[in-house]
Amino acid sequence: MAKELYEMTVVEAVNHNKDEKNVNELLSSLSKRAEKVNPKVKAYLNWKTEASEFDGKTSKDGKSLWGVPISIKDNICTHGWETSCSSKILKGYIPPYDATVVNKLKNEGAFIFAKCNMDEFAFGSSCESSADFPTLNPWDLERVPGGSSGGSASSVASDEAIVALGSDTGGSIRQPASFCGVVGLKPTYGRVSRYGLIAFGSSLDQIGPLTKNVEDNARIMNVIAGYDPKDSTSANVEVPDYTQTLTKNVEGLRIGIPKEYFIDGLDPEVEAAVREATAMYEKLGAKVKEISLPHTKYAVSVYYIVATAEASSNLARFDGVQYGYRHPSKDLVEMYMNTRSQGFGEEVKRRVLLGTFVLSAGYYDAYYLKAQKVRTLIKKDFDEAFKEVDVIISPTAPTTAFKLNEKKEDPLSMYLSDIYTIPSNLAGVPSISIPCGYDSKGLPIGLQLIGNYFDEATLFRAGYNYEQTMHWNDKKPSI
Amino acid sequence: MASDKYETVIGLEVHVQLQTESKLFCSSSTQFGAEPNTQTTEVSFGLPGSLPVLNEKALEYGIQIALGINCKIAERLKFDRKHYFYPDLPKAYQISQFDMPLSYEGYLDVTTKDNDSIRVRINRAHLEEDAGKLDHESHSDGSLVDYNRAGIPLLEIVTEPDLKTPEQAYAYLTLLKSTIKYIGVSDCSMEQGSLRCDANISIRPKGQKELGTKTEIKNLNSFKAVARSLQYEIDRQTQVVESGDRVVQETRLWNDAKQKTVTMRSKEEAHDYRFFPEPDLVPFTISREKVEELKKLLPELPQAREHRFVKEFQLSEYDAQVLVSDKKTADYYEVCVNSGADPKKASNWLTTELLGILNARKESLENCKVTPESLSLLLQMMDKQVINGKIAKEILPEMVETGNSPEDIVKDRGMEQVSDTGLLEELAKNIINANPKSVEDFKLGKKNAISFLVGQMMKETKGKANPAIVNQLLQKTLSEM
Repeated sequence: MAKELYEMTVVEAVNHNKDEKNVNELLSSLSKRAEKVNPKVKAYLNWKTEASEFDGKTSKDGKSLWGVPISIKDNICTHGWETSCSSKILKGYIPPYDATVVNKLKNEGAFIFAKCNMDEFAFGSSCESSADFPTLNPWDLERVPGGSSGGSASSVASDEAIVALGSDTGGSIRQPASFCGVVGLKPTYGRVSRYGLIAFGSSLDQIGPLTKNVEDNARIMNVIAGYDPKDSTSANVEVPDYTQTLTKNVEGLRIGIPKEYFIDGLDPEVEAAVREATAMYEKLGAKVKEISLPHTKYAVSVYYIVATAEASSNLARFDGVQYGYRHPSKDLVEMYMNTRSQGFGEEVKRRVLLGTFVLSAGYYDAYYLKAQKVRTLIKKDFDEAFKEVDVIISPTAPTTAFKLNEKKEDPLSMYLSDIYTIPSNLAGVPSISIPCGYDSKGLPIGLQLIGNYFDEATLFRAGYNYEQTMHWNDKKPSI
Repeated sequence: MASDKYETVIGLEVHVQLQTESKLFCSSSTQFGAEPNTQTTEVSFGLPGSLPVLNEKALEYGIQIALGINCKIAERLKFDRKHYFYPDLPKAYQISQFDMPLSYEGYLDVTTKDNDSIRVRINRAHLEEDAGKLDHESHSDGSLVDYNRAGIPLLEIVTEPDLKTPEQAYAYLTLLKSTIKYIGVSDCSMEQGSLRCDANISIRPKGQKELGTKTEIKNLNSFKAVARSLQYEIDRQTQVVESGDRVVQETRLWNDAKQKTVTMRSKEEAHDYRFFPEPDLVPFTISREKVEELKKLLPELPQAREHRFVKEFQLSEYDAQVLVSDKKTADYYEVCVNSGADPKKASNWLTTELLGILNARKESLENCKVTPESLSLLLQMMDKQVINGKIAKEILPEMVETGNSPEDIVKDRGMEQVSDTGLLEELAKNIINANPKSVEDFKLGKKNAISFLVGQMMKETKGKANPAIVNQLLQKTLSEM
């Protein structure tokens, strides 16, 4: 059976798009697909039926993504297109500028197709905290797609997106990629510009691609990675062509298994799949050894201090003065209080309160300062580990997708679903999640590969070799 | 007076806007007085997703001022966020510097009008961004906010509590302002808000070590207001203590119309700013080479210039201070002296005569038609007795009006001084003959009799007679009679 256009990968779409007519066919196919499946998975807040931002008259020459429709998480600013972070407080907010990544994609001939649902302000691991509606997992509509980039992952998995961008502060790209059976990369901190990404944890946030396979992911990174003079935290480090080294084999690749990651709470089926994947790498010629990341046990605590502190500060600007929601009030203080208590959801308020507390006079040293010190120790763990190995392997998440409402009332257990992804954000190292099998319920399992600073190329190579051996992503959810 | 029992402790916080083309963290223009919300980008509006990028020029300007006030420059530049909610603060936090200011441990040596000298230590000078402005007037049922000012670079300069009198505070501000204006990185205009000052003040019984409870005074719109509000607080706090009460720690607003301070907020309402390191700006090392380079670019500063003027031109300290306090005046003065004018005369004529005329005309030295060379020529014509002082004072306003050279004016109006002894001798005889009463008085020893005769001589010559020769001639002729 011939492939439908909407099923295409980035590489296939680029080959398909010979002229404007092809682009319109692709868009029309994708838009019809969204019409059909989005009411079920609710991955999108909205999408385009016309490529209004795409100028088909422009030359295709030298443009690596000409006519490729991109779906974008709703916390990445799009000029003239509502960007609300799936929050009531930003409803109706239309940015007057494009995020740097959006600019870069457009310059390569791509156009923005849809805005993806997310946990409100990216605070969550299930997409249930969206002020609009929860997104569902295409593999089982009673389950969550993961979060916070749940809309991005679900849209790619259900073939209503060719590719999506997400953002990852503590696992928000990788955990939903794992739950939805797609490939998701969190780049090295500073690799991709944060300009135009509505900040959650400024020292942790990175934008990254969610794709149907590893090669697509490398293609998108080729475009969005690189120094941006508008983002002082972006790194002036050369970006290699990630597609060049993909196909190189993994013979001699040194892989580390952190003993601290295989602990209570890790689903045995997930553990088995990760162990099998590791065995496969050995078969492919990689050298596997056990390593230690001794400060892992502090990562979640440190994260919920650093991330909430930064979030409480970053979200202070949503005060009803300039844009977004303003609660009618009789004076200024009442306006602030009502706007913020009505405009923010429960999880946002919980984190803003936590963050405000840890930065308060008298508590700063005991919480924020101490957390920063432990963060340095966690970084050192990785520095030490990467003296011995090239890649660290682990589960992406301790479980496969959980059911809707299963963890909603239990924030702590929700927070623990990011236990394997959080350390990479704290250290700043790149990590990718790739499918590594299915559990007995038929739900996808994700394998996480963690690399050294600015060594996304090795992650892509390791991921590609495994993917091309196992072909887990040939299987699609039936929806 | 009871206040003799107390001594005053004053510290000042000055905010200076740095005159960069663009704002501290984005490319918005810093132009003053533009239409509301036109000098803005997504960064100065604090729109979601926007990020700050440091303006290198602002850092350089900040370092230059810090060097000019003898501060040490920090090894590393680090910014922090200071949080509070107010509509003029678009991000609800201000990017400032908390525990690692740009510079620290500086000083300025100041002298008051009454020759009271003191070293004022500077605790720190740090970079931060300005806030926007609220407009409560032009809208009937609400307030408007203008973010043109939001993000303009500020240097906050904080003194140690070393000042003891309002006069010292005034002198410190004057020297600080002139130092910054010499460096040329701010126009320091209190009217336009490019220099703002808050004052902390407390009193304590003389001899007591620990400080009294302080109040902070805000809304000061001129250096005079600073001095007056401090005096008001000294009197008020003295009264409070004398009557057995305690001074309340609070922020007070200066009401210029009523010439008094009023309570704004008490310490209990003070903010917890929740400072933490700004994660959007990566700390970096300030290179020592760059600091040295900036040091070399500094012009001679007012204090050094004052000392040089005293030494080189034998001026009094006060005269030198008056001259150097404005760079343009001092520059004008130096050109004037270097083109041949007597230094003391030049100082007097510039500060009293020329500036007097300009002030009356509401003009400034900058646009003055009288060049320093031209003023020098006028003074030299006096020295060479081409004209006398009276004529010179008559000519100067015309020079200001027309810009003509003093030589031309004198020639055109036939105002050359009459020093022809023969001619004056003749005239002296006539005057003496016409005034026998005065001759009599002179012989009786009445000294002012001669002044009357000199006056007559000057009247006859329309002021052009050389007064020295006239005096000499009259003395001689009368003594011989």
